[in-house]
Amino acid sequence: MQIRTLVWREIFERKNQLATSLLAILLGITAIVSMKNITFYSEKAVARELDALGANVLVLPKSASVQDYYRADMQDDEFPEEYVSRLAMSDIQGLDNLSPKLAVPIELEGKNFTLTGILPKQEFQAKAAWKGAGIFARPQGCGVVVDLPGAPEATAKETLIRNRVIETLESDEVLIGADVAASLGARQGSTLRALGEEFSVTAVLPETGTVDDSRIFAHLHTVQRLAGKGAVINAIEIVGCCDEISKGLVQKVNKLLPEARVVTITQVVDTQVKTNQMMGRLSMIFLVIIVLVGGASIANYMYANVFERRREIGTLMALGAGSSLILKMFLLKALLVGLAGGVGGCLAGTVLAVTLGPKLARIPVLPMPMLIFWATGISVAIALAASYFPARRAARLDPCATLQEL
Amino acid sequence: MLKMESACKSYNHRGRTVHALREASVNIPEGDFVAVVGPSGSGKSTMLLVLGGMLSPSAGQVFLDGQPLYDLGPDQRAKVRRESIGFVFQTFNLVPYLTAMENIQVPLFLAGVDETAQKERAAVLLERVGLGDRLDHKPSELSVGQQQRVALARVLANDPAIILADEPTGNLDPDTSNDIIEFLIQMNAEGRTIVMVTHDPRAAQRAKRTLRLIEGGLNA
Repeated sequence: MQIRTLVWREIFERKNQLATSLLAILLGITAIVSMKNITFYSEKAVARELDALGANVLVLPKSASVQDYYRADMQDDEFPEEYVSRLAMSDIQGLDNLSPKLAVPIELEGKNFTLTGILPKQEFQAKAAWKGAGIFARPQGCGVVVDLPGAPEATAKETLIRNRVIETLESDEVLIGADVAASLGARQGSTLRALGEEFSVTAVLPETGTVDDSRIFAHLHTVQRLAGKGAVINAIEIVGCCDEISKGLVQKVNKLLPEARVVTITQVVDTQVKTNQMMGRLSMIFLVIIVLVGGASIANYMYANVFERRREIGTLMALGAGSSLILKMFLLKALLVGLAGGVGGCLAGTVLAVTLGPKLARIPVLPMPMLIFWATGISVAIALAASYFPARRAARLDPCATLQEL
Repeated sequence: MLKMESACKSYNHRGRTVHALREASVNIPEGDFVAVVGPSGSGKSTMLLVLGGMLSPSAGQVFLDGQPLYDLGPDQRAKVRRESIGFVFQTFNLVPYLTAMENIQVPLFLAGVDETAQKERAAVLLERVGLGDRLDHKPSELSVGQQQRVALARVLANDPAIILADEPTGNLDPDTSNDIIEFLIQMNAEGRTIVMVTHDPRAAQRAKRTLRLIEGGLNA
């Protein structure tokens, strides 16, 4: 016989009464663990998405919508290419890379693609007027996409996918997306004909799962000439320094280009960010509900348990049990209830998150083993706190009154 | 050995003061077997609880081997009970979710005896009260007579010098009552001091002496 035998046997003797309290805390922990799990992976998904996008500021025509970041440049409206010069010549800090774009729909072998004009970085630098005053004279780097550890290093041309800017691109060269390559059977070194002109494929870009896969990237000025549109563009992608963005970079660019619309990626992924914030707040609300409902349920159960067991408590005292042993008995029981609620709730919550996460948040959710410590910690703390006063009452019971011998 | 000196105990019941003990004094030497009789509500059970260190008197004192019991704190009195005093209750007060053996292990556990020794001692005691084949039975699986015998075995677990029995035969048939009294006589013969509260004149006759308690006052 040990104290745990006494506690364990009593739990199983009256397990039905305990079930409601255990269920209350178990459901609460289940809900909060599943939300925490989904929120964690949702935040990771946003971070991954932001990283994959590379650029984090877009300059668009005033009337443009930004439902899909990757299609942001595929607008009917255009604005002058001169905006690029204005940006490059400005004294705005935190503009690391600029990538002007002009998108033109084309048809090749009966299939629809997008011919996208881009301006290689070399051409910015070649313009003497921009040297010494433009963006390339300023310190760079804080907004440049950092290579992921373990990710294979892309070849020079393929960096377009992540950095949104390439160093060089000749007027008769194109880079093609993965879908274009597959549809046309083209590969590096192939030639293809678009808008009456022949181009050499210098690189096939890796698959991204976005509309970029069906793009053909050519020199901006070539696309402008072939489309007969003059010196206009649909969008400027900017890799801005995150720190500067928070200090009002967008407002500065807006002031510089009042005729354009300037948006940040956080606005593009705003829905997901808001969902994450909502999940975070819901987690907190659930935590409060667990503390109140779970705690009240356990406290209520414990008070009833003490009342029901007063004769047993009196007997133990008559046999020589001290008040500290009675206190320990009830707190040990609370600890076991808390552990069961925490571990059970964590397991159920993880199963729920892994099952429902992909359906609700459309993201893959994996189990988070660390949550078990967090969940059991909360559950045990609630159970112990809720049981302390009932346990203290038990320890202070008058053994004579409990024996009903008077 | 056990001495109660001018003990008074009163309490309020629905606005009225009830005097359970009035200046009650008694000296119980080692090896005595005292039966306490008296009408219902005369304070018999109160006297037993006061003697056992469970209920502090409003006035007066109880001495155990010369030591004033109520000068000790509650936990120290619990230690005294653990080491020297055994209680037998009319309703047996076995822990319902423990087996016969585990019920006997409880006082041994409280005294800090290791688990193997607890089991050995419990088995011996159950064998002694004729329940060697009921070790794993829960109280609900035993007859009332068997339950009282488990309670007697439990009281012997820590080998107490004093046994305080409150109506030990109150819920039993005559044959079983006789068995229980025989056990108490055996325990007394082993040198233990026994104080037994009873309504049963036949049980009282088996004691060495009888005290009568009327309205909280003791008469020899």
